Amino acid sequence: MADVLVRFFSRLGAPFTDALLKLGFAGRFFVAILRHSPTSLLRFSLTMREIWFAGVLSVLIIGVSGLFIGMVLALQGYDTLVRFGASSSLGILVALSLVRELGPVVGALLFASRAGSAITAEIGLMKATEQLSAMEMMAVNPIARVVAPRFWGGVISMPLLAAMFSAMGIIGGYLVGVQLLGLDSGSFWSQMQSAVDFRLDVINGVIKSIFFGIAVSLIAVFEGYDATPTAEGVSGATTRTVVTSALVILGLDVILTAFMFRGV
Amino acid sequence: MKRGLIDFWVGLFVAAGIVALLFLAFKVSSTSMLVASDTYTLSANFENIGGLKTRAPIKSSGVVIGRVTGIIFDPHTYMAKVSFAIDKRYQFSRDTSAAILTSGLLGEQYIGLEPGADDRMLEEGGRITITSSAVVLEQLISRFLFSKAQEGGNGAEGGGTAATEPKSNHAVEK
Repeated sequence: MADVLVRFFSRLGAPFTDALLKLGFAGRFFVAILRHSPTSLLRFSLTMREIWFAGVLSVLIIGVSGLFIGMVLALQGYDTLVRFGASSSLGILVALSLVRELGPVVGALLFASRAGSAITAEIGLMKATEQLSAMEMMAVNPIARVVAPRFWGGVISMPLLAAMFSAMGIIGGYLVGVQLLGLDSGSFWSQMQSAVDFRLDVINGVIKSIFFGIAVSLIAVFEGYDATPTAEGVSGATTRTVVTSALVILGLDVILTAFMFRGV
Repeated sequence: MKRGLIDFWVGLFVAAGIVALLFLAFKVSSTSMLVASDTYTLSANFENIGGLKTRAPIKSSGVVIGRVTGIIFDPHTYMAKVSFAIDKRYQFSRDTSAAILTSGLLGEQYIGLEPGADDRMLEEGGRITITSSAVVLEQLISRFLFSKAQEGGNGAEGGGTAATEPKSNHAVEK
């Protein structure tokens, strides 16, 4: 009887211990990245390549998605606002929802699936083909040489991508609202300007995207480094990157929004 | 991809990101909250502030000249004490009056300042004494309904149609 109870509770406890162990490993890994960052940032060309890989190659998907989301926001928002005779506030609706929420959040989700998964697969495959071990044999620290540049490449790219997403979305909203639905261009921009505060809305959006950039990059490099060095393990790690990133982005968003916009 | 080409594209990427941020800063938003050094603080007591919030605009002649910075309840006077920052360029005389107004029927509430004629100006930390509270819609409606009921009662007595309106008639008899 006691034996059954012990087995039951240890089976219940195992996932929690595993999750906690992984979290602790991720925390120590984060500290290790930060400790090796100076050496890798001094050789900035390494980080440069990762900005190119994670940032420049994501510009197209971010820009086009932003444009489409802005257009949809304008179409849907107009449909509702026009019933209250408030269609001239369309600019406010589009700009605030993009700058505060959609730019950072959807931008980070796209970034996680476009760049985060690629980073995980790359590092995981390096581990599976024992390139990381080979580096250690040559007294090259793989965290400084491989992991830290990819981490910083993501952290630097994310806020810039989120700003591009918001800007493209607002342009999309302008195209639909003013060019297609025939709102007045002057009131569209001036109402937007009077309602959107630079420090409260734009800067807070940028702060959000910096947090998301750190979270997504850390998850991507960690899952790659932690992957089981087999083909199956790498594919599982890539999936986990996207899933965990999405959950962490949305969870962080709730916390950050609660701190930033409490509507005092 | 060659090294020089990567540098070029990353440079272009960073420049595009900065352009997007500048677009958000100058075309989309405005720094409506004035820099603290360019403002002076005034306060005013109101009996009822309605739905006034911090950061609500202060307007004079419809132009935004400042922001509400704090609202507290004063336990000694049992009134709401509203403090607000006003742009240093605008000076107001000491008999300026403040009223809590609503933009439109359901719009946001703001404080409207009506300048007076006094020669002396309000200074940092000054207090506006002439204030009028926010109009609470429920009170307005109930006052309107009561006055209507009163009218109805009087009309019933004068016109002799008491049988059709026994309720209001009763109220008048009392």
